[in-house]
Amino acid sequence: MTQIDTLIGDASLASHREAPPAPKGRWLTAYFGTPGNALITILCLGTIFAVAKLAIGWLFVDATFVGTPAECKATSGACWPFLSAKMRYIFFGFYPFEEQWRPLTAMLLFFGACIVSMVPKLWGRALLIAWIAVILPLLYVLMAGGFLGLTVVPTTQWGGLPLSFMLSFIGLACALPLGIALALARASSLPAIRILGVSFIEIVRGVPLISILFMATVMLPLFMPSGITIDKLIRAQVAIILFAAAYIAEIVRGGLQAVPKGQVEAGHSLGLHYWQIMHKIVLPQALKKVIPPLVSLFIGFFQDTTLVTIVGLLDFLDTVRTAMRDPQWQGIAVLEGYVFAAVVYFVFSALMGAYSRFLERYFRTTHD
Amino acid sequence: MPLFYDARIRAYLYQAIAVGVVLLVAWVMFSTASANLAKQDIATGFGFLARQAGFVITETAITYEPTDTIGRAILVGIANTVKVSLLAALLGTILGLLVGIGRLSHNPVLSRLMLAYVEALRNVPLLLYLLLWYSLIISTFPPVKQAIQMLPGVFLSNSGLVMPALHWESGFATLVTALVVGIIAATFVARILGRRRVVTGTDRPIALIATIALLLPLVAALLLADISVTWDVPELGRFRLSGGYHLRPEFVALLLGLTLSVSANVAEIVRAGIQAVSKGQWEAATALGLSRTRTLKLVILPQALRIIIPPLTNTYLTVFKNSSLAIAIGYPDLVMVSNTIMNQTGQAIESIAIFMGVYLGLSILISLVMNWYNAKVALRER
Repeated sequence: MTQIDTLIGDASLASHREAPPAPKGRWLTAYFGTPGNALITILCLGTIFAVAKLAIGWLFVDATFVGTPAECKATSGACWPFLSAKMRYIFFGFYPFEEQWRPLTAMLLFFGACIVSMVPKLWGRALLIAWIAVILPLLYVLMAGGFLGLTVVPTTQWGGLPLSFMLSFIGLACALPLGIALALARASSLPAIRILGVSFIEIVRGVPLISILFMATVMLPLFMPSGITIDKLIRAQVAIILFAAAYIAEIVRGGLQAVPKGQVEAGHSLGLHYWQIMHKIVLPQALKKVIPPLVSLFIGFFQDTTLVTIVGLLDFLDTVRTAMRDPQWQGIAVLEGYVFAAVVYFVFSALMGAYSRFLERYFRTTHD
Repeated sequence: MPLFYDARIRAYLYQAIAVGVVLLVAWVMFSTASANLAKQDIATGFGFLARQAGFVITETAITYEPTDTIGRAILVGIANTVKVSLLAALLGTILGLLVGIGRLSHNPVLSRLMLAYVEALRNVPLLLYLLLWYSLIISTFPPVKQAIQMLPGVFLSNSGLVMPALHWESGFATLVTALVVGIIAATFVARILGRRRVVTGTDRPIALIATIALLLPLVAALLLADISVTWDVPELGRFRLSGGYHLRPEFVALLLGLTLSVSANVAEIVRAGIQAVSKGQWEAATALGLSRTRTLKLVILPQALRIIIPPLTNTYLTVFKNSSLAIAIGYPDLVMVSNTIMNQTGQAIESIAIFMGVYLGLSILISLVMNWYNAKVALRER
């Protein structure tokens, strides 16, 4: 929810995104051309210098790199021993200590698979099947255990970065087909189906993600027949899927609207029926157009999974926070923890943002 | 068989199935829920709204006592949500406008600095920033006992900023009326003078006359009406500050986080909007001899506004919905108040239904207002 609406808003403007105008002439003119310009330059450099001085002082000069909590407390700078002491907890939460190689392997496998999947040339049915048939089951077995002699680890012990990745990635992977279906429903010529689609999309988009998460964790158990309980993690995951689907539907709708009507008519004249036209003609064109805004949406959702903290799931932000509340370190390393979490989120979001810009360029050069 | 191949019959069939499935799921959920509620002895219905709330809300935009009803408590939550979102939207738009224009500056240092600002805000979750600001406020300022006295009567501590509050004995309504009259008069005068300038070509200092029209009723009210105020100055006791207006760290952290996130989004929207105006417009304005500032004000911004309004609407809707993150740092917004009620009364379905309904209603209201404004600035074509 954080930035999704804006990201969608931006998506329509994405084609206008350009670098700020390059300075003309020599650099001296660009920086100090007019008195006003010189003043701006000096003010900006002053700000940068002041911030850098503060940051370097805190991060390095006054910082403690090795030592105990007591030693940390004595200095005014950053306390890095906190991070090294708590690193494994921050990354993996309450996952059994000696089994933590499993989430680590799972994450590395996941990253590897993601990097391979990021190459547009490899996109195709084979990659999709590889994900569904090989990678996802392997990730699940690694995390949950119960196979190949791995001990079972219940989902209540999952936490940290793997949980954050799982919630956002699986959430979006499942939301994508649902979102496409919703977009088709919204564009449908059948009034009852259109109304159902529009109501779902508008209701979900009109309320905050927190309320949907609350609904899933507090209200859903009331709607379940007695004796049936659904894992809290799965409930939150379902909430994220439903929420993401409504936003994806709006993006896909934009893509559907951008496909010329003649394409549908051509399909009809060939004697194809609705599903054939959609599957073979309209959707491939529509989805290709909306890939960059979809990636932007993914960034927003990766950040929004932090909200599961509020309903008591131990995601990455929450493991950082609980680590800070450790009695030994309490009140000593507040800023350090948040700065570290911010850096992690920043790196992943910025990488995905760069990838989104790459895709935009890639599709612009091969098309149009 | 042929009946099934009729496209119209099939269309009806599909719709009937879709509606049937939705109704069936709704019915199953409703019946299990009512059975479960009956088993757990939880009352249903909205009768609980009239009961006494009995809990304290630390920050109230409208008057509230724990002896008031639960319905009143929900109203307080709504008012708090609206207050913080409106302020954040306003401040964030102003800040974002400046950052967005800074991004377009020809000065490379300024434009890169603004880029760094936007990227730093957009690539880190808002919730993380909220928690960061909150714990920074809590951990950097001294405890109440050693509150810093910044000015006489203004105290800064880790429980927030306390400053003298103004209490109106009389004349508040008069002043507000005078202000409203002034604003209407100023708009009216500016419009008439502007129209006359177009017709006759004579130049009058419109801004000056409009300002006089704005201030005249206020001055008149101050001179003529009976206006008296008293100050409620906070005092530092042994353990706490008493009296005065209290700006709590929860509110400040939430406002700061929301404002910054709005500003980053507005900056990007403004930049994209200005860049979308074709270069020929700049050149034409330069050819007419307009300065850069006047070109921006008279030619570029009015056109950019058309591109800017729809995504801006989305940003305002987002900040309104994001104010629900208040629950993470303990600012009593609608969600947090509802959550408290939910824990006290056990009526989860009703509580959640109320706050979702309120969000939905207000979201639609914001969309309608912004769409009206969008239609007003839209390009009028034949």
